[in-house]
Amino acid sequence: MILRRPFFWIILLVAAGFIYAPVHGNNVSLREDLILIAIAIILASNLNLMIGYTGYVNFGHIVFYGLGGYVGLYLTTARGWNLVLSALVAGVVVSVCAFLFGLAILRLRGAYFALATIGILQAVQAFVSNFDPWGRSTGMYLSFNSYQSLGGARHALWITYFLIIAVMTLSMIVSLAIKNSKFGLGLFAIREDEDAAVVLGVNATMYKAIIYSVSAFLPAVAGALMFFKNGMIDPSIAFEYMLSLEGIVMLMLGGQGSVIGAALGGSLYERLRSYLLTSPVLSNFHLVIAGGLLLMVVLFAPGGLIGWVYRLVPRARKVIE
Amino acid sequence: MNTILEVRGVSKRFGGLVAVSDVSFSIDEGEILGLIGPNGAGKTTLFNVVNGVYKANQGTITFAGKDITRCSPDQVVHLGLARTHQIVKPLNDLTVLDNVTVGACFGREYLDMGAARKVASEVLQRVGLERTDMMARSLTIAGKKRLEIARALAAKPKLLLLDEVLAGLNPTEVAAMIELVRKIRDSGISVLMIEHLMQAIMSLSDRIVVLNLGRKLAEGKPDEVVHNSDVVEAYLGFPDIVDKLTRME
Repeated sequence: MILRRPFFWIILLVAAGFIYAPVHGNNVSLREDLILIAIAIILASNLNLMIGYTGYVNFGHIVFYGLGGYVGLYLTTARGWNLVLSALVAGVVVSVCAFLFGLAILRLRGAYFALATIGILQAVQAFVSNFDPWGRSTGMYLSFNSYQSLGGARHALWITYFLIIAVMTLSMIVSLAIKNSKFGLGLFAIREDEDAAVVLGVNATMYKAIIYSVSAFLPAVAGALMFFKNGMIDPSIAFEYMLSLEGIVMLMLGGQGSVIGAALGGSLYERLRSYLLTSPVLSNFHLVIAGGLLLMVVLFAPGGLIGWVYRLVPRARKVIE
Repeated sequence: MNTILEVRGVSKRFGGLVAVSDVSFSIDEGEILGLIGPNGAGKTTLFNVVNGVYKANQGTITFAGKDITRCSPDQVVHLGLARTHQIVKPLNDLTVLDNVTVGACFGREYLDMGAARKVASEVLQRVGLERTDMMARSLTIAGKKRLEIARALAAKPKLLLLDEVLAGLNPTEVAAMIELVRKIRDSGISVLMIEHLMQAIMSLSDRIVVLNLGRKLAEGKPDEVVHNSDVVEAYLGFPDIVDKLTRME
């Protein structure tokens, strides 16, 4: 049972911290910092399901986030749906799309799969940029009426924050639950040797399509919430290719395959990036540093931070998952 | 005796190359059938066709009364037909126990995690792998071969395909492995095995099928097969070499 795993309670504790810290003293700027960290954790955790668990590198993971944002904003603004329902529907719609994409491109392996994920990102972006109901390349703006139903803008932003923290918590719990399940064991077998996994009885085609679709759900929900909070969306910010690559850096930094590794990598990288972007000297250098960091990790600590901890204390594998 | 596996008129082509051509044979329950032949005879290809890695171009394969010709490898395992690989395929970054648990989880009984772990520990004990918490990558080659067998056994198969489990082992390890194969048969599992080590396969098999250039050359009891002149020619090139050699003695 997942409730018996110590790490489950650690996740809940972290979530409680995320909620308590900004609410205590009504600290809005801290909230804005934490929201970015939460988004980074959501993206890295769900990317981990593909890269760390299944061994399939997805360069276009951000497409789920952006598409979720579009569906969510369209439903809240043009259709007048409430936020929670829109976000959930966005998640379901994007997951179904991902499942269908997955059945098509998951026949490919290794570098070819990675290339196909870039293709999907480009194709979806091109489609959205020419899609009339979603405002083509100018995008969509949120109507202020949407905030009214949540008790005004100030209230709405807090509610969105809590929902994003909930999605973050859920991302980690889902990662943990999959890691300890039979489904997860099947994924690990695919990661280690797909041909062997199939001969051992794992239905690899179905498993890969399912995990691809699962890894799309929560990022899409997060996208719907985040772009609701931002109040606008357009193709270049929704499908920001750099953010997709940075997701991979986060994962490598923290340690792929590990739940806490993804979360740690996500938060550390996000803090570093915020610092660099706001520092007057280094502001244009954050990608240089990201690239350097990735290189260092790949060369000297291929298992990331957590891999390094595992090597120092092998027993840590049992507690830190 | 009931037939557990029936292969009828199976052919497999890769473009212009005919790897397996019109091969038929059957295995009875509780039998060990040896499959031998020179390098490139199509033995491993035949295995791959039987367990669904390749689809046969012609012919049918019936396992325990079901037509499995069009089944994928994972479906075949659920029906109770497991195999090992000639070139071992350990799941390197998983522990030995996890490797075998995969076999139990997705095998014939499709067990859940708890039950699968129990089965995996039992099987590991049976095949004699002790350090179950080490990573599979750090096993010796003999250990990896045992791991292949353990994973296949954890699926609770009715028929086990063994692809050169003795290759690359030293004489002590070979003896232990032969003992293990006997034990597997005695526990009620039928075995189809490819082997190059003649002494071993002659003593283990109830019957032997010989392949050459993708065709079935001979079939019969071990001592019948070794004296078959076609078989001798395929292996050594001269049909009357056995007579000559015996005369020289």
